[in-house]
Amino acid sequence: MIATLGGFTLFLALGVTLYAAAASVLGARQGREDWLASSRNAVLAHFCLVTLAIFLLEYALITSDFSLRYVVNNSTRESLTRYKIAGLWGSLEGSILLWEWLQSLMAVLVIARYSDRGPSGCRQLMPYVQAVLQGISVFFLLLMTFAVNPFARIFPIPPDGRGLNPLLEVTDMLIHPLLLYSGYVGFSVPYAFAMAALITGRPTEEWLRITRRWTVVAWLFLTGGIFYGGWWSYRTLGWGGYWAWDPVENASFMPWLTGTAFIHSVMIQERKRMLRVWNLVLVTVTFSLVIFGTFLTRSGILGSVHAFAEGPVGVMFLAFLALVLLFSFGLVAYRSDQLKGHGELDSIVSRESAFLLNNLVLVGICFTVFLGTIFPLLSEAVRGNKISVGMPYFNKVSVPLGMALLLLMGIGPLIAWGRASLNNLQRNFLKPILGAAAGTAVLYVLGMRHVEALAAFALCFFVIGTIIFEFVVATRTRAGTMGETFLTAFGTLLLKSRRRYGGLIVHLGVVIAIIGIAVSSVYKVEREQTLRPGESLTVGRYTVRFDGMEAGERPTHILVWANLTASQDGKPLGELTPGQRFYPNQQSPFASVDARYHWSEDLYVILSSFERDGSSATIKVIINPMISWIWIGGVVILLGVIVAVLPERRLALLTSRAKAQAA
Amino acid sequence: MKGRKLKYVVAGLIVVGALLGLIYSGVRDSMVYFYTPSELAQKQNELRGKALRVGGMVVDGSVRWNPQSLLLSFQLTDGQGTLSVWHTGTAPDMFKEGAGAVVEGTWMPDGYFRASTIMAKHSEEYKPPAHPESLEGKKQLFKSLLKEGKQ
Repeated sequence: MIATLGGFTLFLALGVTLYAAAASVLGARQGREDWLASSRNAVLAHFCLVTLAIFLLEYALITSDFSLRYVVNNSTRESLTRYKIAGLWGSLEGSILLWEWLQSLMAVLVIARYSDRGPSGCRQLMPYVQAVLQGISVFFLLLMTFAVNPFARIFPIPPDGRGLNPLLEVTDMLIHPLLLYSGYVGFSVPYAFAMAALITGRPTEEWLRITRRWTVVAWLFLTGGIFYGGWWSYRTLGWGGYWAWDPVENASFMPWLTGTAFIHSVMIQERKRMLRVWNLVLVTVTFSLVIFGTFLTRSGILGSVHAFAEGPVGVMFLAFLALVLLFSFGLVAYRSDQLKGHGELDSIVSRESAFLLNNLVLVGICFTVFLGTIFPLLSEAVRGNKISVGMPYFNKVSVPLGMALLLLMGIGPLIAWGRASLNNLQRNFLKPILGAAAGTAVLYVLGMRHVEALAAFALCFFVIGTIIFEFVVATRTRAGTMGETFLTAFGTLLLKSRRRYGGLIVHLGVVIAIIGIAVSSVYKVEREQTLRPGESLTVGRYTVRFDGMEAGERPTHILVWANLTASQDGKPLGELTPGQRFYPNQQSPFASVDARYHWSEDLYVILSSFERDGSSATIKVIINPMISWIWIGGVVILLGVIVAVLPERRLALLTSRAKAQAA
Repeated sequence: MKGRKLKYVVAGLIVVGALLGLIYSGVRDSMVYFYTPSELAQKQNELRGKALRVGGMVVDGSVRWNPQSLLLSFQLTDGQGTLSVWHTGTAPDMFKEGAGAVVEGTWMPDGYFRASTIMAKHSEEYKPPAHPESLEGKKQLFKSLLKEGKQ
């Protein structure tokens, strides 16, 4: 029943979507307002239909309707309801449905946000924006109707499902994929605007201004998804790390890199009207990388080239990717005469150059990650044998590039536009440089000898120095000229140029995260030992005593854990209970790690193995210094973006209310 | 005008060149060759000491684990050749006899493969085990563990 209804809903959605795209193009070409209105209704209907499809699949998952193959693969009767719900994005078919739902939601949001207000040119762009967005939806709907139908039946109907991967049965599963997908899908909107601008022959700065805020929010979702994924991996996957340069991770990192480059280069185009082609390329590449990443991780091509040919999914993704690239770059070439910029670079020592270099480095990192990820494929194609480059490659290449990026992060926001004078350089950078040198010297005296860590710290201090310097100077100037108190001046400054200061706060968050990454990877300590009850293991300032094994039943699994008593310098820290989870359907157990999280240092313990009679347990202890700074940095980035994108009107309302209260 | 443009081209080339150099040295230093146990047996001599990645199935009954010395040893097979692997430390989750595993490390002169990392092969969708232990059976097992552990 649900299978038929669901399949029919998706098929109907496909028809409606095709109609929406066609009606909006025809309406725009012939100036028929009624067709445009009809197209907008179709966009809405498309959204409603996909929402219905989601509800149908969720209903099947929650009620354990095992006549659907997808339900069998992603839930069991005993699964908790929230994990039954999360089963929707537990594997490919449902993920595509969720993706398509978000895509249709974005199209509706675009109508809501840009139809009535916005610059006048927005009206001309909108029909084509919708056509592109609906076109993307057509791809996902085609994918579901012909290749990965989430409503496919299974026969005979099994008595129970196989269930989600136990690793996915955590609350984070409810948040992380949604964040990431929203980020992915969000980038399709600036892409659609860029294409619409090309189609209508208005590829100037207009589309950038219209989508600026949207892009930053999409970037925030993607960033949040990546950070959240690392946090999830660290707390639950039980290997003590947060990032492994796994193809799935790289797939989310690559569009993040080009998206970040895009957010920066947009500023040069707005200000200097140059880099028009470059921005179009960046937004296209970002969108393509989202598709490519999904292709890479979902087609099975990385496991083996032969897996790729087995299903139609990989071929369809690749064909869509080719279509996107051909269409976008074809349009860019077609409009090339309109894309000549006006601005010129005046000097190599200028903000434009710093931003350009930042773009080059970001795209460079993206290229190295891309190369590393597909290296096994390349080597197999070229030389016939599989060669992979693992974490050492990624770490080796990304560390110097990351440092270059840090340096530019300090220089970019403060250096003058056009041509920076020696005076400007001295005024803005002398104090931060001196501060960075002093800070690094202190670390050296305190005993830090690791060269890369020292260099990273020097650069981080420099960036923090420039941010503080900028805030202090601007606040002081404003307080002086306007006669305001320091705090009011600081507050109004944040409100008046929110984009600039929000951006600086984002930079601060990035630096905090980088400090966490650098320190935790350089000064991580790890030890593993087998202990009998009463014995203890000492690592650094920490001692962990093994008191014995215990086991207990949980709703979905059996948990076996070791009782450990931790202490730091002889002071008790409390109990830690790392364990292993045994699931009825799985032959091998899953780690259930425990840790004492602290802003300065995490004590992380893993139960690696144990004797079944409880006579001994192998415990791995990892000390991760300053790893929490990564997550704190993520929160600061979130705050910075909020400052940067909060709508003016709402802020004005807030401040006037605050003033009224104060009066 | 022309000279200025040239300056940017040169600057850009330097950056791109540095990038390529970085990639080249990164790839050269961290290339890991992927082989199966039988391929490895054929190319014994040329591969000794190189960074390798070997994938295969863990042979049933071959896993030995000494908790005191943390020495883990097992055999990997691709159906034709077999490779003896040893590793210091515990195996990752999902590592088990009869399942796929990929080991990274070097081939020692004494004929053993010394693995620095072990990766258990897993896919996102889980196939049910061929002979599932019943939940009841596992409960019994852990109840006995509970008793013995608390003595």
